[in-house]
Amino acid sequence: MALDVLIVDDSAAIRKILHRVLAQTDIALGDVLEAGDGVEALAVMESRKIGLVLSDINMPNMDGLQFLTSVRAKPEWNSIPVIMITTEGSQEKVMDAVQRGAQGYVRKPFTAEQIKEKISSCLGAQ
Amino acid sequence: MSNVQPPITPDEIAAIIGTNTNNVFTTMLGLDVQAGPFDAASKLTEEDGKVVCLVSFTGKWNGSGSISCSGPLACAISGKLLMSEYETVNDDVLDAMGEMANMIIGNFKDEAAAALGALSLGTPTVIYGNNFQTRNWNGQSWIAVPFCCEGERFEVKICLVPSQDRNAK
Repeated sequence: MALDVLIVDDSAAIRKILHRVLAQTDIALGDVLEAGDGVEALAVMESRKIGLVLSDINMPNMDGLQFLTSVRAKPEWNSIPVIMITTEGSQEKVMDAVQRGAQGYVRKPFTAEQIKEKISSCLGAQ
Repeated sequence: MSNVQPPITPDEIAAIIGTNTNNVFTTMLGLDVQAGPFDAASKLTEEDGKVVCLVSFTGKWNGSGSISCSGPLACAISGKLLMSEYETVNDDVLDAMGEMANMIIGNFKDEAAAALGALSLGTPTVIYGNNFQTRNWNGQSWIAVPFCCEGERFEVKICLVPSQDRNAK
């Protein structure tokens, strides 16, 4: 079954790069949807069944950690894999994201291979 | 202008900028760039036909970081980042350069946090235009590190000032 993926990042450049990386993976990809912040992302998730989320942390309106908390608070979204992709590299931020329920954490700058490996690992663990 | 010096030397700041900028270029663009000699007293900068991206950070030390280069180099960098071709500076190029600043300055603040304490990053501001000047409030100096990229100059600058609650527990 094709997997709909949501990319959450306020940078159109990063959304474009991740879109391209996703197209290079061997997962059965459905639609790739985009949101510019956590508020937009929650609205997308209310209207579509999402199978994987790639999210930045530093964003306006609602940041990635607040968004992650909202996702995990809803039982029907609780098992959706969420991978954080961010410039935030401090141990505190990583631990915070993991404790809130992130399955993966990739620091920018990243290679396509790092993203692909993290996606495979998260989807394989389901 | 503040006389309080940050607990990190200009050499250390320049070294962190050099390493992180090279890491961003090699990882995201497949380009190797090496830092040239830095200027620890850079103040007013005349910009003409340049793309300048500014990112602020706050914490016990406040400051800002910037990246700058010519329009054609910004197009070349953005083209490699987004795997597209750009002949003029457009929204895609400005956004790509904003993300380059976010990564370079963001990685700097994580590395510098060991000396400066935890810092929070602002949202990048990207400027493109002719015949303008950039300077810091109150004449504070930048530490400016030049790089050679595709035969052109790419510059990364950092300015640090103590915050009012620097000694707060």
